[in-house]
Amino acid sequence: MRFMFIVTSAHAGPPPPALLEAMHKLADREIKAGRMLDNGGLMPLATGAQVRIKGGQLSVVDGPFVEAKEVIGGYAVFELQGKEEALASATEFMRLHKELFPGWEGTCELRAFAPGGP
Amino acid sequence: MRSAAMTAADTHRAILAVWRIEQPRLITRLARMLRDVPLAEDLTQEALLAALERWPATGVPEKPGAWLMATAKHRALDHLRRGRMLERKHEMIARDMDEEQQAMPDLDSALDDDIGDELLRLIFTACHPRLSHEARAALALRMICGLTTEEIARAFLLPEATIAQRIVRAKRTLSESGLAYETPRGEELSERLSSVLEVVYLIFNEGYTAARGQDWLRPQLCNEALRMGRVLTSIAPLEPETHGLLALMELNGSRTAARTDAAGEPILILDQNRALWDQIQIRRGMHSLGRAHELGGAGGIYALQAAIIACHAQASTASDTDWSRIAGLYADLSAVAPSPIIDLNRAVAVGMAEGPDAALAIVDRLVHEPALKGYHLLPSVRGDLLHKLGRYEEARTAFEAAAALAGNTREHNLLRRRAAEAADAAMSS
Repeated sequence: MRFMFIVTSAHAGPPPPALLEAMHKLADREIKAGRMLDNGGLMPLATGAQVRIKGGQLSVVDGPFVEAKEVIGGYAVFELQGKEEALASATEFMRLHKELFPGWEGTCELRAFAPGGP
Repeated sequence: MRSAAMTAADTHRAILAVWRIEQPRLITRLARMLRDVPLAEDLTQEALLAALERWPATGVPEKPGAWLMATAKHRALDHLRRGRMLERKHEMIARDMDEEQQAMPDLDSALDDDIGDELLRLIFTACHPRLSHEARAALALRMICGLTTEEIARAFLLPEATIAQRIVRAKRTLSESGLAYETPRGEELSERLSSVLEVVYLIFNEGYTAARGQDWLRPQLCNEALRMGRVLTSIAPLEPETHGLLALMELNGSRTAARTDAAGEPILILDQNRALWDQIQIRRGMHSLGRAHELGGAGGIYALQAAIIACHAQASTASDTDWSRIAGLYADLSAVAPSPIIDLNRAVAVGMAEGPDAALAIVDRLVHEPALKGYHLLPSVRGDLLHKLGRYEEARTAFEAAAALAGNTREHNLLRRRAAEAADAAMSS
């Protein structure tokens, strides 16, 4: 089963070097174990933009977005046996944050890909 | 009552999932300490049993990897004491363990643990040519992928006792032949690698042919094989056939969602909805194929098969398929691994590229091939070519012969239908 992990947080600013290093090692291990297919960190929302539809109208809004509270910081795509494995994996990832980024709060959301492609 | 039972099953699955992530590090570390892979496997399993016993009551520990490692090491020590191992070996291991205890693995050092070499040893041991294909597949799934005996049994549609016995026997064979802890190097490594790749591909195909299995564990075999393929390319990155096999599996795997219709009936590659092909896997497959080529492995049997699938993967519509390239690749493949089935495939590609005349010439040479006697696709391909050439009466005969040989009803009916069409065409021509 393929999963996407999406990490969101209200916390702005880069993670401490120790966490970055630990996350790199974890990603390296997961890639070598054949579980992680893809991953990436995202630039702050302020540098992004949104294309919206509201009331039948298309509009483009540049960042920053004052109303945005939780922001997606990164994602990863995994091929895993099932939800239990996804949970175990996400827990390990978040445990790194707990240990190496005191005070940080956030969410790692795991979502299974819909079967049979787009 | 019912919800309590479900909770227990959920906990069981959750523990297995955690264990599966930690298992490679546990077994490789123990193998290195004990200089014995089958024994390390036993003790790793014991650590799992301990977790299954303890964690439902205590909850999953804060650092499950460290807990499992400490437990497994204790078992290892107990084993050594009980077994009165050679003093020297014992001392050496005791010293190793002291050092490891002092630096009790916290989360970071667990991530620092480079298990590449040890994992390679594990894979070579599990896939030793001394063992049967079935034993190799079972051992690899257990030792490399961390599947339980029950899961392996379900995946292969066999009783759990059969798999358990297979694993016990295989481990005994390894121990008794003095193969419990060795790694091939240099020339031998390349030779032994083929016995590893063979097993990985066998596991993949077992899952691939069961793409709509009743049990999710059968198709899951494809993912386990892919996982092993990715592990192999990361720990033996200079072996071109490793990349070739991974490319073949990724590219074949990319079509999983498109291979069957809603009723589970197979859909042939040219009729598949290409929008359902998995682009992530195609990209990964093309990347691996590129690596195989860079390493000089374009002519390997896996790389050639992958290159053929790549021709399909890169064609945005069936009519864009580069059939002359496919025909050329089949010719190369036939030169490396001669087989009348490959020649028959080449004939189909030649037919698409150059027309039915050229293809029929190849097929007619295969008619008396003993290996194809009874193979329904030979007269089926022949009938198709004859039909295209307007030789309807001969086409009808060929389709009828093919229908008589076809194993399953669906194919039998399709071929009967084609025979009838050829008969109609013969009447009206």
